Amino acid sequence: MATVIVVTSGKGGVGKTTTSASFATGLAQRGYRTAVIDFDVGLRNLDLIMGCERRVVYDFVNVINNEANLNQALIRDKRVENLYILPASQTRDKEALTKEGVERVLNELKQTFEYVVCDSPAGIERGALMALYFADEALVVTNPEVSSVRDSDRILGILASRSRRAEQGESPVKEHLVLTRYAPERANRGDMLTVQDVLEILGIPLLGVIPESPAVLQSSNAGVPVILEGGSDAGAAYGDLVDRFLGKDLPHRFMEGQKKGFLQRLFGGS
Amino acid sequence: MGLFDYFRAPPSKSAALAKERLQIIVAHERGGRRSSPDYLPALKKELLEVVRKYVPIDQSQVKVHLDREGGYEILELNITLPDEEQRSGQPR
Repeated sequence: MATVIVVTSGKGGVGKTTTSASFATGLAQRGYRTAVIDFDVGLRNLDLIMGCERRVVYDFVNVINNEANLNQALIRDKRVENLYILPASQTRDKEALTKEGVERVLNELKQTFEYVVCDSPAGIERGALMALYFADEALVVTNPEVSSVRDSDRILGILASRSRRAEQGESPVKEHLVLTRYAPERANRGDMLTVQDVLEILGIPLLGVIPESPAVLQSSNAGVPVILEGGSDAGAAYGDLVDRFLGKDLPHRFMEGQKKGFLQRLFGGS
Repeated sequence: MGLFDYFRAPPSKSAALAKERLQIIVAHERGGRRSSPDYLPALKKELLEVVRKYVPIDQSQVKVHLDREGGYEILELNITLPDEEQRSGQPR
């Protein structure tokens, strides 16, 4: 049975699309047939991050409205086998996402895919609610910063009350914390919430810590999910995250930061 | 962290303040979620519509309150009906 995973956060700009792209790519790299859907109707960006923006012909809303079939709209990734992208519509608004339509498309995807990753838009409006409604599991993407943590807590409340699993009284959506843009040195200095602080406040299990890294911007510039930059810290952190999701027991790297030498501390440079 | 940082005031430890503020606001907002579930406003609106089929009342005359005591939840509905003369002439 296929698993539907929503990547959500409430707050914008915390790394939902970056995480969706790398998470889906990582699952496919490990041999699982994976589809990733952009729910941000009107403001699509997953196509850019995945580097397939020039290959979009039909989109999610076309499929919902029966203007195209799923096979016409799904874009096959050119780098990784088993990976398909369903882009959002750029010209419609989020009201085009009907519950019945989304359910039909997800059910069809579940026939052929093992994992369906739903990249949620920011906010708690229709697009975000539709992205999380059918989820079995949720990656809650959070920055170590007050507004992001508060919004994540709000999203956890919505997952617990307004998802299909909640409404139908099934076992709850399984929640995972993904802490992104983490700067261990700043946390050690007391200038940034630590991993432990955020875990204490949100109270959900930690799936991965992604360090603040220039590789994230560089790879988005190039349209390559950062997980494919295996030599980078953020890429390696996403790799670990995917392995952990699939059941491997790996220690968390990138939580401590590098020790600086005496001269480096004296003369600066990060 | 350059040479001159050694002579500056120590850092403010603002993360501790952030954590404290978050713990308070998150506890407060979770409390709010528990005492008034998301369906209450919709329930109130639909009740109003049903009662209005028979008796003319307005928004302020329906009160919905949810309480928790031990393992029980008590849903309290209070609908104030208008006086007899105001109702005369209305369809039953």
